[in-house]
Amino acid sequence: MPILETIGLEKRFGGILAAANVNLSVKKGARHALIGPNGAGKTTVINLLTGVLRPTAGRIMLEGRDITDAAPHERVRLGMARTFQINQLFLDLTPLESIGLVVSERLGTGADWWRVVGSKPAVTDEIVEVVERFRLTDVMHERTAILPYGKQRLLEIALAFACRPRVLLLDEPAAGVPEAERHELLATIEALPAEVTVLLIEHDMDLVFSFADRISVLVNGALFVDGAPEDVARDPRVKAVYLGEELDA
Amino acid sequence: MVTTSATAPLTPVLADDVAAYLKRRSRWSPLEVVFWIFAFASIWLFPDKYLILKDTAILALFALSLDLILGYAGIISLGQAAFFGIAGYFSGLVAKYGLINEPVIALVCSGVVAAALGFVTSFLVLRGSDLTRLMVTLGVSLMLGEVANRYASITGGADGLQGVDIAPVLGRWSFDLYGHNGYVYCLIVLFVCFVIARRIVYSPFGLSLRSLKGNALRAAAIGIPVKWRLVAIYTVSAGFAGIAGALLTQTTAFCSLDVFSLERSADLLLVLIIGGTGYLYGGLIGAVIYKFLQDWIATLTPQYWQFWIGLVLVVIVLVGRERVEGWIAAARGSVARLGDRLWTRIRPRSAALGGAADGD
Repeated sequence: MPILETIGLEKRFGGILAAANVNLSVKKGARHALIGPNGAGKTTVINLLTGVLRPTAGRIMLEGRDITDAAPHERVRLGMARTFQINQLFLDLTPLESIGLVVSERLGTGADWWRVVGSKPAVTDEIVEVVERFRLTDVMHERTAILPYGKQRLLEIALAFACRPRVLLLDEPAAGVPEAERHELLATIEALPAEVTVLLIEHDMDLVFSFADRISVLVNGALFVDGAPEDVARDPRVKAVYLGEELDA
Repeated sequence: MVTTSATAPLTPVLADDVAAYLKRRSRWSPLEVVFWIFAFASIWLFPDKYLILKDTAILALFALSLDLILGYAGIISLGQAAFFGIAGYFSGLVAKYGLINEPVIALVCSGVVAAALGFVTSFLVLRGSDLTRLMVTLGVSLMLGEVANRYASITGGADGLQGVDIAPVLGRWSFDLYGHNGYVYCLIVLFVCFVIARRIVYSPFGLSLRSLKGNALRAAAIGIPVKWRLVAIYTVSAGFAGIAGALLTQTTAFCSLDVFSLERSADLLLVLIIGGTGYLYGGLIGAVIYKFLQDWIATLTPQYWQFWIGLVLVVIVLVGRERVEGWIAAARGSVARLGDRLWTRIRPRSAALGGAADGD
């Protein structure tokens, strides 16, 4: 059974069909990449998966459970978290506070209004683990707004990871990260625990082919090709519509 | 035990650092302690000013209630008077008809009534933009004002609620003519409410409010039920506003329709513009400045005092909050450093942990 599955997913914006009969199937533990040219509907699909948008037709299944009607925050509790293509951070909080917030929510103390943040050792232990994993230790007391972009990008993933998702959706994690900070980012993505299923949406073909064990190609809102990286790379139709222009460039 | 290799030896230190930092966030700063010592010292320092001090304390609590939703959750409101007013009438009526005689119990009940109204109306307020919220909150308080006007047989209508007789607090302290007990009562209630508000904003719940004010999209994406958090803080805020309203009725033994007035809600925004939002003291400091400015200007020019309040408002907005806040932050920083130095002498061990986390 796939851990994440969409069945006939469709989204219309007025007359425009942004996602058409998308049947995506992500296996447990996979490193699955969703690629496609600009405007192919990748972001629409991720917004449908996470509940930011409601589909006009079709179902979304997470671990066999129908989550089509679940609110965004409920999907997080059911085990699926995402990052955003454009950073969505809490600029006035420090990384430590931001991660502390997520961990508190996940451990069910988020609505606790009487105790001080981090007064429970279980919370601080987990904060430390996330801070270290995402190499944010030396900036954890800085205001998020003034962090270097690469660190902000790491925090973007750290916040999603701190939700302890079984499925992690990464929306162009490397977008806009300067070359000097890129290595650190890619290394942390590589080092994500194997049991976490990752669905990667990415433009960067180097990252896709070094990371993914399965690739789905989205064109004009529809799934075009779906298979192992070698097969996708060899597929003449994919080359024609997409990879050719990207790889040659 | 720990499997990650390179960073493993550092982890315990880091964990202590994180825990210490998070605890330090909520520690009472020396400046805060000074503030409250001065507030309570005012009981002996200004014995001839009890009436204005009492009004200030009530306004401060009222402004604190708005700061909780505006400064922490980003909900703007022109209708806090709805909660102030309903609790004002409720506390007056229960005292008048002898339903609840003990003022403290009546005060708590009034707060609960206001909170209940807050809970019900929160669903109207939480949809929509800032402008929608301003209009909806304003509308609710206008409607309640007219309801109170219409049912004059209960509320006394335009004449106000007469014949309210407030029993002594806890059966011991009656409200005297000079306002001494009234002021002490208001100040203690303000302090208790402030401590509760302070607990709230430094709790995980309070942190989640700040996060959803900053970025509601992301807050939902990390599993925060945004709507319910807003409902919760709106309800708490309404309760605080209600307690302020009940204090006014109890200390004056009177309640009139102007508890619902737009001016009351608008004054509150003015107070927060003067004092600033999002650090809890804005409402308190703003209320002190506002009340004493009002008092001082009114003695100079009794008829046209609002001209000068208006001028102050314009100047504050034009000069820019940031500059004023910069001075305050600088002052606060130097006091905090002084405090830390003293702390180092007293508690060398905890300071060693804290020193590493000296982020702000």
